[in-house]
Amino acid sequence: MHISPVLWQFLVKWLNASALFPREASTIAPYTDALYFFLLLITVVGLALVGALVFGFSVRYRKERNPVATQVEGSTLLEATWTIIPLALFLICFVWGALLYFRIYNPPANSLNIYVVGKQWMWKSEHPGGQHEINNLHVPSGRPVQLTMISQDVFHSFSIPDFRVKREVIPGRYSTVWFEATTPGTYHIFCTQYCGTKHSGMIGEVTVLTPDDYKKWTDESTSGMSLAQNGERLFASMGCNACHSGNAAARGPNLANVYGSKLKLANGSEVLVNEAYLRDAILNPSQHLTAGYAPIMPTYQGQISEEGLIDLVEFIKSLKTNYRVQQTLTTSESNQTTPDTPADTPGVVKP
Amino acid sequence: MDNAIVATHDTHAEEHHHVSLPQHRHHFETAEQQREAGTFGMWLFLLTEIMFFGGLFFAYLLYRNWYNPAFVAASNQLSIPLGTVNTAVLISSGFFMALGVWAAEVRKKGLLVLFLILTTLSGLVFLGVKYFEYKEKWEKHHIPGASFDVSEFVNPPLNPKTGKPIEEPLSPDMAQKTQIFFSLYFAMTGMHALHMIIGIVLLGWLTMRAQRGEFTEGYVAPIENFGLYWHFVDIVWIFLFPLLYLINRHPGS
Amino acid sequence: MSTTSSTIVSLPDQRTATLPKKNYINAEDGILSWLLTGDHKRIAILYLISITFFFFVGGLFAGLIRLELLTPQPDLVASDTYNKLFTMHGIVMIFLFLVPSVPATIGNFVIPIMIGAKDLAFPKINLLSWYLYMFGAAFTVAAIVLGGVDTGWTFTTPLSTHYLNTHVVTAGLGVFIIGFSSIFTGLNFIVTIHRMRAPGMTWFRLPLFVWSNYAASILMVLGTPVLAITLVLVVLERTIHLGVFDPQLGGDPLLFQHLFWFYSHPAVYIMILPGMGVISEIMSTFSRKRVFGYSAVAFSSVAIALFGFFVWAHHMFIMGVSNYSALVFSLLTMLVAVPSAIKIFNWAFTMQKGSITFETPMLYALAFIGLFTIGGLTGVFLGSLGMDIHLTETYFIVAHFHYVMVGGMLMAFLGGVHFWWPKMTGRMYPESLSKLSAVTSFIGFNLTFLPQFLLGYLGMPRRYHAYPPEFQVLNVLSTAGATVLGIGFLLPLIYLAWSLKYGAIAGNNPWQATGLEWQIQSPPLTENFIETPVIDYEAYDYEWLANKTRHEVTTVG
Repeated sequence: MHISPVLWQFLVKWLNASALFPREASTIAPYTDALYFFLLLITVVGLALVGALVFGFSVRYRKERNPVATQVEGSTLLEATWTIIPLALFLICFVWGALLYFRIYNPPANSLNIYVVGKQWMWKSEHPGGQHEINNLHVPSGRPVQLTMISQDVFHSFSIPDFRVKREVIPGRYSTVWFEATTPGTYHIFCTQYCGTKHSGMIGEVTVLTPDDYKKWTDESTSGMSLAQNGERLFASMGCNACHSGNAAARGPNLANVYGSKLKLANGSEVLVNEAYLRDAILNPSQHLTAGYAPIMPTYQGQISEEGLIDLVEFIKSLKTNYRVQQTLTTSESNQTTPDTPADTPGVVKP
Repeated sequence: MDNAIVATHDTHAEEHHHVSLPQHRHHFETAEQQREAGTFGMWLFLLTEIMFFGGLFFAYLLYRNWYNPAFVAASNQLSIPLGTVNTAVLISSGFFMALGVWAAEVRKKGLLVLFLILTTLSGLVFLGVKYFEYKEKWEKHHIPGASFDVSEFVNPPLNPKTGKPIEEPLSPDMAQKTQIFFSLYFAMTGMHALHMIIGIVLLGWLTMRAQRGEFTEGYVAPIENFGLYWHFVDIVWIFLFPLLYLINRHPGS
Repeated sequence: MSTTSSTIVSLPDQRTATLPKKNYINAEDGILSWLLTGDHKRIAILYLISITFFFFVGGLFAGLIRLELLTPQPDLVASDTYNKLFTMHGIVMIFLFLVPSVPATIGNFVIPIMIGAKDLAFPKINLLSWYLYMFGAAFTVAAIVLGGVDTGWTFTTPLSTHYLNTHVVTAGLGVFIIGFSSIFTGLNFIVTIHRMRAPGMTWFRLPLFVWSNYAASILMVLGTPVLAITLVLVVLERTIHLGVFDPQLGGDPLLFQHLFWFYSHPAVYIMILPGMGVISEIMSTFSRKRVFGYSAVAFSSVAIALFGFFVWAHHMFIMGVSNYSALVFSLLTMLVAVPSAIKIFNWAFTMQKGSITFETPMLYALAFIGLFTIGGLTGVFLGSLGMDIHLTETYFIVAHFHYVMVGGMLMAFLGGVHFWWPKMTGRMYPESLSKLSAVTSFIGFNLTFLPQFLLGYLGMPRRYHAYPPEFQVLNVLSTAGATVLGIGFLLPLIYLAWSLKYGAIAGNNPWQATGLEWQIQSPPLTENFIETPVIDYEAYDYEWLANKTRHEVTTVG
């Protein structure tokens, strides 16, 4: 954008104050707005051109002024002109739009990841530290935030207009969107995919806090267990630790440090282990068979909620050693501290 | 420049001694035009039918690619002998239909009626076999829905001779995907059967009219165009049979 | 016909003029002769009455929607009712009005005459098309009356298959049946245009209205069956639980989106192409000039039809299609915009060196050009990937498609109705009242939908029953505009009906237009032509027309 920053600020702030333009509250918003103004410019110029032609011809060649029409076949030059120029302009829009799209689509590596589960008709956000919010999202400013989202039922769509980001929230697989908020304040969250009766009630607020305030907020609002800690509990109570114990002879692959690695599958292909892969492997294990292992993992489809899956994914993401996994092999029946049964044979647990 | 409205009948009245068939519709200039328009219309209609079935074929290709083991196991549940019989029956019905068109063209009323009846009977045999196949699926709880039973895919029965399971057992999540196969099986063969039923009803009507001699006096268009439709329904089955019944069938497996 | 007057309308002497003694309207009497007719003109009139009725039903739903949106709170109707209102508005307007509007009414009436034929290739199938339309409409009405359907006109799964207990199956079946009406109309047009042109009527002598309808017919024939099978699968999933789209069974709800939009994108070209054909005819007639760049306009219709099949996933950019798909579809979307731009410029240049008058059809055509330019260019906003992320699923989309569909297509339809009204009925409508309606509609339209672009950028989502209070001003403007728009649409209903009895006698060719339909009586005979015409002149040949008029004695009656 090579427009004077003063003019730009004036334009945007004035429009915003008149409730005609949204605030620019993320790092990507000015880029989106720049493309928007370009597109608006083309539209206005195009309309003006067509309008001038039509209006001009209407006046100059109206019947009173030009009683006899001159038959004109056409003009290849004109046809070429108004084919090539619009095509060129549209292609510029394509390239610019594609660049912006990839900017919006690719999160920076150090993003803070927050999970969002959409269901009819509310948004549940889950911070890694275990903070849970309904229809609200607290985020720090000045730091990239990635939302990993999934729906429990139908298609929804998570939209923060002031950040200029939006992504469909789909049942059955994760979708992600990222942003970096610039200005503390509160901004609308809307569900923008029609999802039934209370579609217009599925709204909320993003609260952007300065990094200090955000830290204060996370400290105050934690519910006790982080997502990973919940996941650890589930990992034990669902019996995952029986096969994924980390022992050399274990029936299931070692999950420590598997997140982010390139895993070799039984069918020979290699896959990057991310959140989506982990979730899918829990639900459809037979299609995610690690090389060298037998296809004996049962499916947990229908037995774990999306929140539970998020907890498990977070746990596996955080797993660096199997020390605690093996510790919990014999204490997995309860989440209270156990009495003095020593850790002995694995396989005691029910799958 | 000429005045636009000029009589034109005379130019072609001589070459074409006006055998004005009673079925000649007044808005066509010539019977030839009427025939060509009719055939063109039927081909266009068949094109729409291709697009109609195309959606199902696309879904099938997608899911077969994603859930190949489930599709293989589920396909093995279909009876190849019955499917082959049906294929033969349908090809024969197409043959009878083609003979019927010939009979109409050479104006042999009795033969035409015979061939139409044979076509109809073949179609009915086909539907009868399909009824048995569907009934078997019902009894084995392989109809998608609440009562779908995956046990046969998770624990396939053992071959009494070798003691090994006759099928590769599927893990439970992959076994669930067999429902998709059966959904597509019923949707595709059901849609095909619906087209056959419509065809058979039309055959009944055409047979009655053929018996009255309507198609053996030079006016063969309905028989020809129906023949096109019938052959199309046949061809759809020729695609359905290998796609649904013959997945992964190696000789000796 | 004075050279200094500002109109080209040339009516016979009203003191002695009467309607022709024999015409297609009085050829046979009795309701059965209409309900069992094979005459393409009578079928066109049957369609005209039906779609007008359903237009006002859809309009009523729109009125209620705008009324509710006057206030930010959901206070006029319950949420479920509101959801039903916008669903039914969409279904009725798209399938019961827009898709058949120009093809089945104007096209049915005029295409056989334009090519010099006595009727369409398959008159009985034409009548069947109308009955299928009515049968499907009955299902749709049943869905409304029995309690409504609230899936949105897009029937998105899994909402429509598993999460709603309204009359989805009834509505889905209704749309399925209406789809076949559309398929048969398209089939009829294609065979007719290929096989039944009069001697000398080569492809490049056809009026551009025929080219546009031909292109739209290809889309109807190839695209609609895919919608049909998609709806069948949705109905099967709801009724007998065949779960092809069900994620619980491993199905993919995104597959539904692909199948649905594979038809529904070409559908918008099915809707707009015939309207563009009308604009070609009107621009030519009221500029007294051949259309500038005939071949370009003809080929651009076919190009739109072809490219229209390859852009469907631009409705799904944020739904989880891969980045590469998104790129490809965005590029193709930019390409499909170009033929429309070509047409706009060709029409504008048709006016250059013409002799222009501004009768009502011309006003509608000029409105089309302006409003379709805005609508089409806002489509470029949406085809641009990064921009679409912010704009999709908001009121920007609503504004975009209403600009092309209402500002474009509906204006073209009204222009066409006014243009061919004298041919269809033998009567003229009152000109000042019709001009007033056109201007009222134009003003009302812009007031209704321009604010919605702003609302969209602000982020107001579509299909929202309630909204944050800061959006209220723009919504109130929009509703005010809708009131004006409603009046603009109601007026033609009144004065066109009035003209049937009291309008001036039109004569053969009140607009001094070229085209075979203007060389025969108004209303036409059942068989259209007394003798088959032979064509040895180009389309829009005003010199030929001037010659003919000089040598003719015009008699009416």
